[in-house]
Amino acid sequence: MSQHDTTHAPKATGGGLIGWIVGLLVLVVGMVVAGFVLDAGQVWVVPETQSYVALGGTADAPERWVASASEAGQAAAAAGTVVVASSWETVTELPAGAADRPAAAVMSWNRTIGVWLAAILTLCIMSFLIGDNPFYKTAEALVVGASAAYWMVYSFYTGIVDKLLVNLWPGLVRSWTTPGLADDYHWHWIYIIPLILSIMLVCRLLPSGGWIARWPLAFIIGATAGFRLLAHLESDFLLQIKGTITSLWAVNAADTFAFWPSVSAIVILLSVLACLVYFFFSMEHTGLVGKTARGGILVLMVTFGAAFGLTVMGRITLLTERFDFLFKDWLHLL
Amino acid sequence: MIAKRTIPLFIAALVGVLMIATYFVPYTEKWGADAMEMFIILAAAAMVLGAGNLLLLNLSKISNRQPGWGYAGITLTAFFVTLIIGLFKIGAMPTSSAATNAWTAPVVQEGSPFWWIYKYGLVPLTATMFAMLAFYIASAAFRAFRAKNVEATLLLGTAFIVLLGQVYAGVWLTDFLPTLESYVAGFPAASQEFVLAVGMQVKAGVPLTDVVVGGVAYANMVGEHHALAIETNNYIGGWWYQLLNGLRLENLTQVILDVPQKAGNRAIMIGIALGIVSTSLKVILGVDRSYLGSAD
Amino acid sequence: MLNLLRNLDRRLIFLIMGLAVAIPVLMRFEPPSEVTMMDQNVFDAVQDLPDGSRVLLSFDFDPGSQGELLPMAMSFTRHLAEKKHKIYFMCLWPLGEPFIEDAMKLLQEEYPHLKYGTDYVSFGYKPGGEAVIKNIIVDWKQLFITDSRKQDLKEIPMTMKLKSAKSMDLLISISAGDPGTKQWIQYAATPAKLPMVSGCTGVQAPLFYPYIPDPLSGLLAAIKGAAGYEKIMSEHYPDLKTPAFVKSRFSSTAAQQRMGPQFVAHLLMVALILLGNVIFFIDRSQGNA
Repeated sequence: MSQHDTTHAPKATGGGLIGWIVGLLVLVVGMVVAGFVLDAGQVWVVPETQSYVALGGTADAPERWVASASEAGQAAAAAGTVVVASSWETVTELPAGAADRPAAAVMSWNRTIGVWLAAILTLCIMSFLIGDNPFYKTAEALVVGASAAYWMVYSFYTGIVDKLLVNLWPGLVRSWTTPGLADDYHWHWIYIIPLILSIMLVCRLLPSGGWIARWPLAFIIGATAGFRLLAHLESDFLLQIKGTITSLWAVNAADTFAFWPSVSAIVILLSVLACLVYFFFSMEHTGLVGKTARGGILVLMVTFGAAFGLTVMGRITLLTERFDFLFKDWLHLL
Repeated sequence: MIAKRTIPLFIAALVGVLMIATYFVPYTEKWGADAMEMFIILAAAAMVLGAGNLLLLNLSKISNRQPGWGYAGITLTAFFVTLIIGLFKIGAMPTSSAATNAWTAPVVQEGSPFWWIYKYGLVPLTATMFAMLAFYIASAAFRAFRAKNVEATLLLGTAFIVLLGQVYAGVWLTDFLPTLESYVAGFPAASQEFVLAVGMQVKAGVPLTDVVVGGVAYANMVGEHHALAIETNNYIGGWWYQLLNGLRLENLTQVILDVPQKAGNRAIMIGIALGIVSTSLKVILGVDRSYLGSAD
Repeated sequence: MLNLLRNLDRRLIFLIMGLAVAIPVLMRFEPPSEVTMMDQNVFDAVQDLPDGSRVLLSFDFDPGSQGELLPMAMSFTRHLAEKKHKIYFMCLWPLGEPFIEDAMKLLQEEYPHLKYGTDYVSFGYKPGGEAVIKNIIVDWKQLFITDSRKQDLKEIPMTMKLKSAKSMDLLISISAGDPGTKQWIQYAATPAKLPMVSGCTGVQAPLFYPYIPDPLSGLLAAIKGAAGYEKIMSEHYPDLKTPAFVKSRFSSTAAQQRMGPQFVAHLLMVALILLGNVIFFIDRSQGNA
C-alpha cells in the first residue's frame, strides 16, 4: 500500500508524565467543584418498609405470605393467627436532578458513591483515547474479573440450581431457593447424565486426565451441529430461495401492474444470482461468468456500504448514552 | 483410544442424529427436549470451566511475575469479591412470596450489593467499552476510507446516502423533491384535508375504487371531490412522482436497504448456510474431528 | 495546511467526535424524527392484535447496547400495556435480566392497574441460547419450572395453561447479537410459524432484512427505528408526550432525544470521509502515490 493511501497516524505518546499529572489535577478539582456546586452524583431515594405476615405453615416453614397492610393481613393480625411476621427496608430512587423532592426523600450514600464510581470508571475507560495508561488497565482488569464472576453466578443459579439440582434433589432446592416448588415435584433419573457430564467437563482443568472432557464437549458439538444444520437449511437457505424467486410481474391491491415493485423483484433476483456466481470460486471468473461475478461484487459493495452507514449510527448511539449518563445522572446538567 | 476418540465421536454422532430426527419424527421430540435440557446444564457448567481457566491464567501470571501481574491481581480480586457476594447472596432481601428467606431473592435484586456491582461497575464499564468504538470509527473514516477504485467509490457512495438518509440532514438536503405533504400544500386550504386523505390511501396501495374519505366511498363522490380524487390518484400513484419521491435521501436509503442490500445479504446468508450444513454433516459423520484436540 | 491535515493527530479527531456528540446532548438538540414503513409495520403488528393477546418479549441485550435498545424495549413494554396484552418477559443474555426488572418497574409505576401474574410475568434468564428456544417451542414447563420470582407456574394465572411458545400470538425479540433475533427466527418463527417482529442494533440490522417480510413482519433498526416507533406511539397515545412520561426515569422520547447527536455526528463522518479523500486525490494528482 502506498504511504499516501492513508493519512499518517502519529505515534500515541501519552503526553508525558507532567501532562498526565496536570490533567488529573484539573479533573479532580473539577469533580470537587461539581460535587459542591452542582450536587453532582447525588442520588435521592424515598425509603419504604416492606412488611409481610405468614398465614399458614409453621414458624420454621411459613406459607401463604400476604402484605401486613392488606385486608387479609390486618384480619389475621386482629385475630392473632399470624404465624410469623417479617419486614425489611427498600427504597424508590427519584429521577436524577429532580427539582421537587417529597419530604420523606433522603440522600442515599451507597447509590451516590455508586454514581461517582460509575463516572470515574467511565472516564478511566475513555482515558484510553489519550493513550494506554494504568487507569484504563485497572478498569479493564475490573471488568474482566467482575463479568466472569457475574456470568458464573447467573449460570450457577439459573442452570445448576434451577435445572440440575432441582431435578436431582427437589427437596433441597425447595427448602433453599424455591419454596414455591410444587410439593409433588419429584426427581428425574435422566439428570444424572448431565451431572456426570458436567463433572467430566470441569475435569478439563486437571493436569492429567483432562481428555475425559472430550465426552461432554462431543455432546455439545454434536447437538449444536444437529440443530444448526436444519435451522440454517430451513431459514437461511430454503426460505431465502423462496423469498428470491417471487413473481416478477408484481400487482397491487387493484390487481393492476405495479411498476416499482416489479423492478425491485427483478433487481433482487438478478443481484442474488450475481453474488452467488461470485462466490463460485471453483469456476474461473472469465467471460460471461466473470462479468456476472463483477456485478455481484458491485452488489456486495452496496451491501457493505449500507452496513457501514448503519454501524456508524449504532456506535454513536452508545457514545450518546454515555454522555447522557455523565451529564444527566452524574453532573445534573440536564 | 476407544475412550479418548471413538466414544466421543459416537456421542457427537448420536446426539447430532437425534437433533435432526426430532425435526422429522414427532415421537423423538421429547428425547430432543431432554437432550436440550442437558445442553443447557452443560452450558452452565462450561461457565465454571471458563472461570477456572481465568483463575489458572491469572494465578500463573502472578506467580511468574509476568509483566502486568498487578492487573491480574485486580482481576482476581474483582472476580472473587463479585463471586462471593453473588453466590452467597450477601445483603439480599427476602421477597413477597417468602418473606423470611433471602435465598429466594432474584440474582440481581435492586438494592443488593450484587446489584450495586452490576449497576455501578459492570454497566458503565461494558457500556463505555462499546461506546469507544464511535471514536475509532471516526478515526478510521478519516484515515482509511479511500475511493481508490469503482468498488470503493460505490461503497462510499452508498455509505454517504445511508449516513445522510438516516438523519434529518437527508430530509433537509432533498427537501426540493416532492412529498405527499408538498403536493397537498399546493391546493387551496379547503381541499387540503380531502387531498391528504386520498393521497395517504393511494400511497398505502389502496385502489382508487376502494378509497373512502369521511365515510364517502369513491363511487359516491361528486363534483370537485371526484375530480380531486382522480387527480391525486394519478399523481401519487404515477411512476414519475414515485421516482422523484424515491430519490429523496430518506426514501432512497430505504430502497437501498430493501433491494440491493437485502440481495447481497441474502446471497451471503445462502453461502453461509451451505457452509454450516457441510460442516455440521462432517462433524456428525465423524469426518471433522478437530474438536477432539491432539491425536492421543 | 495540507501537511497538517495529512499528519493530523487522531486524538484531535477523537476530540472533535466527542464534541460532536456532547454538545447536542447538552443543548438538547432534537431534530424531527421520520417514520418509516418498517416502524409502522412493527407498530401495526402489536396494535392489530386483539386486546389481551399473548406476547413473548425477549430482552436479548446487555448494557453495551442499552443506548440503542433500552428505549425501544420500554416503548414495546408501554405499547403492550396500553393494548392490555399479556406480556411474557424472558431473556437469553444474563446481563439482560435487570432490564426486565426495569420494564416491570415501569409497569408498576405507569400502569399500576396491571398486576404481576395476571397481566405480565417474567421468566428471567436461562443459559443455553438456542437450546432454550428449541425447548420452549416443544414444552415450556419442562424448561421453566418456576418464574423468575420462584413461583410455581401452575399457580400463576397467566402460565397455568401455558404449554409451549407456539401458543404466543406474537414474538418480539430485542437483540444485540447472538443469541437473539436470528435464533428466534431460526428456531421459533420459521418452524413454528410464529408471527414475529424485532428491534435490533444498527450493526445487526442489515443481516435481518432478508427475513422481511417472512418470517419477520417488521424490524426497528437502531435508534432511528426506536425514534420512529416512539413518534407513532406519541401520535396514538398522546399521554406519552406529557412531562410525566417524557421526564420519567425511562423517558417516552429517549430515542428521539438521541437523534440530535446522530445528526451532527453523521455530518461529521461524511465530512471526515470527504476530507480524507480530498487529501488522497490531491496527493495522487501531485504524483506522490
